Amino acid sequence: MIDTNVYLSRWPFRRLRGDHPTELAKILRQHGITQAWAGSFDALLHRDIEGVNHRLSDMCKKHGAGLLLPFGTVNPTLPDWQEDLRRCHKIHHMPGIRLHPNYHGYQLDDPNFAELLKQAAERNLLVQLSLTMEDERTQHPLLQVPHVDCTPLTAIIKTLPTLRLQLLGAFRSLRAPQVADLVVAGNVSIEISMLEGVGGIEQLLKHVPLENILLGTHSPLFYLDSAIMKLQESPLAQFQREAIKTINAQKLLHK
Amino acid sequence: MQHSQSIFPEPALNRRDWLVASVLATTATPLLTRSATADIPTAKPVIWDNHCHLSGISGETPAQRMTALLNFADRCGIQRLVVYMGWPFVHDPEPAELIRQNNQVLDAIAGHEDRVLAYAYVSGNHPQTSLQEIRRLIENGPMVGIKLWVARRCDDNAVDEIIAATTELNAAIFQHTWIKTTGNLAGESTPTDVAKLAQRHPHAKLICGHAGGNWELGIRAIRPYKNVLLGIAGCDPTVGLVEMAVRELGASRILFGSDAAGRSFSSQLAKVTGAGLSAEQQQSILGGNLRQLLTPILTAKGVPTE
Repeated sequence: MIDTNVYLSRWPFRRLRGDHPTELAKILRQHGITQAWAGSFDALLHRDIEGVNHRLSDMCKKHGAGLLLPFGTVNPTLPDWQEDLRRCHKIHHMPGIRLHPNYHGYQLDDPNFAELLKQAAERNLLVQLSLTMEDERTQHPLLQVPHVDCTPLTAIIKTLPTLRLQLLGAFRSLRAPQVADLVVAGNVSIEISMLEGVGGIEQLLKHVPLENILLGTHSPLFYLDSAIMKLQESPLAQFQREAIKTINAQKLLHK
Repeated sequence: MQHSQSIFPEPALNRRDWLVASVLATTATPLLTRSATADIPTAKPVIWDNHCHLSGISGETPAQRMTALLNFADRCGIQRLVVYMGWPFVHDPEPAELIRQNNQVLDAIAGHEDRVLAYAYVSGNHPQTSLQEIRRLIENGPMVGIKLWVARRCDDNAVDEIIAATTELNAAIFQHTWIKTTGNLAGESTPTDVAKLAQRHPHAKLICGHAGGNWELGIRAIRPYKNVLLGIAGCDPTVGLVEMAVRELGASRILFGSDAAGRSFSSQLAKVTGAGLSAEQQQSILGGNLRQLLTPILTAKGVPTE
């Protein structure tokens, strides 16, 4: 199985089982995960982005014996963000980047965001766009971060036919029909960590094509079992289950 | 392995216990019951879900919705469900609406009495109707508890008659609670409100729903009151919830629930299965504690508890 949404380092508000990379790698392997796409919790609030990305790259090399693939972050509001993007690509050899517009304080209609997507597409980097890290009702009162407003996204995607985009944590702020609108606008995938409702995947498949749905656990912030068990809760055919847990991620990564 | 750096104890069981194996397997056998390798325990846990609704699932009638919900429960290995409230959700229902929604639940559970239990939806804003519903549905009917939602906070003395009448019948009292960073509704209770209720009604069988959402606060609020159990349904599956609850309250004060159909059974089961608990602790939370809580009233009604 490929988990497209995990994090290394420390969640700012709580210690978590699995917030050490060795421990996380062990838990992932115990659950049958063979590859995990990893961002860094540090990317949310740290301003030394290259420091964050460098440590992320190092941790992925040192722990998990190839299990962890680093997805560095870029904050397009920072001076010379283009160099962070270049280093993710050329120095750290990352397959993609993970963006946190709400923690970095910009809206998706910021021209720098569209430029970042354009340059990422030119470098053939997969872009993961995190819409939500946690339920807004449970956030620390001193750090209330709104969900990312995706309203401008469809128009941007349509101008970037080679962009590969994956939405993380989409279902706290978007309903399945809204996700469907984004998916048809370009090469957009989603993951299921925040998908709720009984038989959620079965319901989602009524709106979103199978090939656009990937496994993501949001671990270690969320219990790893949560997303994995959703594959059993919905009555899926074996080919559907295989697509979501492995094949779709492989295809997206290697396009 | 660098577990010396971990702040958490090693799980007492192989954490692939029961469930993940079922996903790795190719057939759709019920969750939590399959083992793919010899080192995985095969004991089938008894799962009673204390928190289900008829909202959020397809079906024209209560019976259709109940059937659909049970189909998903079967896939997740859940033996018994407790349902309450009909649809649509109404924050401050008038008496007629309370009765209508309770009748929907009666229709839903008909024919499923061996698997589905129910709580009566009552309101502190309508104590007389609530008392009548308690008599109709619990004393003289099949229900085994009450549900108080967000019409009126439970620290208000207006609910005292309701609590006393329910306690007299040995029935459970489920109070929705949240401590929302974004702000509670005017009539929405917090775990501290439940704690105050517990002080006034030390013999009531109180359940603090949703663990207060912000569970680090909710667990602390109810900690001193032994007659308050913690419902863990209906908030995100954030790591640490059940670990902290077990540490501070003990496994015997925690009740599994899902808040289905709005929530996934899976995301809520994961809170228990992913918390690194012993098999005994898991069993208590997944079903043992609720069975123990309800055994007196179920026995009085002649309903099997196995």
